[in-house]
Amino acid sequence: MKLKANKEVICDQLMERAKTDRDLLVLCSDSRGSASLAPFAEAYPDQFIETGIAEQNLVSIAAGLARCGKRPFVASPACFLSTRSMEQAKIDVAYSKTNVKLIGISGGISYGALGLTHHSTQDIAVFASMPGMRVYFPSDAALTKSLLQQLILDDTPAYIRVGRNPVETVYEAGVTLKQDKAVTVKEGTDAALIACGEMVYPALQAANMLEKEGISVRVLDMYCLKPIDKEAVFKAAQTGTIVTVEEHSPYGGLGSMVAQIVAENGNATVKCLSLPDCPAAAGTSKEVFRLYGLDAEHIAAVVKERLKK
Amino acid sequence: MNAKAKAYALRREVLDMVYRSKAGHIGGDFSVMEILTVLYYDIMDITPENFSSNDRDHFILSKGHSVEALYAVLSDRGFFPKEDLKTVSTFQSPYIGHPNNKINGIEMNSGSLGHGLPVAVGMALAMKLDQKPHRVYTVLGDGELAEGSNWEGAMAAGHYHLDNLCAVIDRNGLQISGTTEEVMTAEDVEKRFSAFGWETVRVDGNDCDVLKAAFQKAKETKGKPFLIVADTVKGKGASFMENRAGWHHRVPTEEEYLAAKEELEKKEAFYHEAEGK
Repeated sequence: MKLKANKEVICDQLMERAKTDRDLLVLCSDSRGSASLAPFAEAYPDQFIETGIAEQNLVSIAAGLARCGKRPFVASPACFLSTRSMEQAKIDVAYSKTNVKLIGISGGISYGALGLTHHSTQDIAVFASMPGMRVYFPSDAALTKSLLQQLILDDTPAYIRVGRNPVETVYEAGVTLKQDKAVTVKEGTDAALIACGEMVYPALQAANMLEKEGISVRVLDMYCLKPIDKEAVFKAAQTGTIVTVEEHSPYGGLGSMVAQIVAENGNATVKCLSLPDCPAAAGTSKEVFRLYGLDAEHIAAVVKERLKK
Repeated sequence: MNAKAKAYALRREVLDMVYRSKAGHIGGDFSVMEILTVLYYDIMDITPENFSSNDRDHFILSKGHSVEALYAVLSDRGFFPKEDLKTVSTFQSPYIGHPNNKINGIEMNSGSLGHGLPVAVGMALAMKLDQKPHRVYTVLGDGELAEGSNWEGAMAAGHYHLDNLCAVIDRNGLQISGTTEEVMTAEDVEKRFSAFGWETVRVDGNDCDVLKAAFQKAKETKGKPFLIVADTVKGKGASFMENRAGWHHRVPTEEEYLAAKEELEKKEAFYHEAEGK
């Protein structure tokens, strides 16, 4: 089966819901094509609002629509949505408690050679620090589908980051999410890998590689970064060894959050794998992840090294 | 209702709030008083009874620092008890120094400038999508026109022909650092909005009668959003505060408080008397 990008899954879910929900709206900032939302705009022109290349206005308009009873989904490149319109998200959405869903498309380094202007490696830190804002990084198509089905029905603000490219399948048999509970992708007792977004798949690959060497590694899909599933982290800490993996800056992301939680009991070591604190090199996602050690082989090597200590 | 006298009565409430809490933005509160009074008593369909519904007009105070003026009007219109005004800016009070939608009558949190107009655009679009007859109003300061987000909102309002949207600029000509013309010129603001597809008028923003006429004209204008540039006097009503940038957020001394109170009472009485004649 042809792999889908998570943003395409989002479009499918919004189109499905729009059939019966006239208050569901999609807003784009000249980003309908890059968000894979052109089919929505074509099928539901009365439920699609174009704001032009104006991300501040994009988010504020969505907040005004939501205040008047609409359910707007805003889709814009994560790089701009998380920085240019940060204050609008903080005040008009999170602080004012308007039911706006912010979808950061082509997140992380998925714009590749376009450079730091188009990379969003700070969005967990940005949105998680806003009171009232939830943060989700879905891993694959099945999880994105289940997440959207929940978010479409609720009425509080959320930020969802998805990548640009088709993603590998983590959940062959599909997945049904329990509200804000991490998914245990693989059980394990020697160590735990906690990953989010597109890093879940290489984490799972790493655990499978280690299994062949007799090392039992649990893999947690922490798609819900806020509210983060603390219980799942506490349980992971019982293995004594945690490695986090994220397509994000080393500051204020999944690793920082997990380390903060584990430090309460201090019963596990936490090694954080992330992008470095510098503009990412040009390349495809695969090339860049490998360069910075976010591929399965390196993740597995790190787990083995941690277990030797 | 005698709007002119009411505006002075509400200024006294503001004076008490600011003097009591030793905080607030009295200069802009006083300049915007007639605008808010006319909107809440004569123009907008927003009442304590219909506030929880969306079938009504909508309002955002974009110049959120004038919240004391808004508190005075809202309490007077019955959105919350006057007694609550005594808690403004006190420990753990919901009545903080900028609009907060925990307060009955306030829809959106504001205080960071340049937000009201773009949010109002979203509200006006919602009314259009639902083919509702209601209107959306927002009041901006003139200093905040330097925020670029206003121009994104202005552009979208023109693009979408939002004739259910009316923005008012409280054009008192002063901001913290001095005159708006010294800090960042706003003199040709009507031309700028006009170029973005708006209908505009410029009126005396401390004259209730001309404000009412301007809002009426806004209602009658079709196919375009409407801007009222309301020329006002910062600190209006207390002569020693008028047109002085220092009164942007100064707190009056006891002597100043008493002098302002006396002057406001006299003006309120004057307008009551004038209407009686």
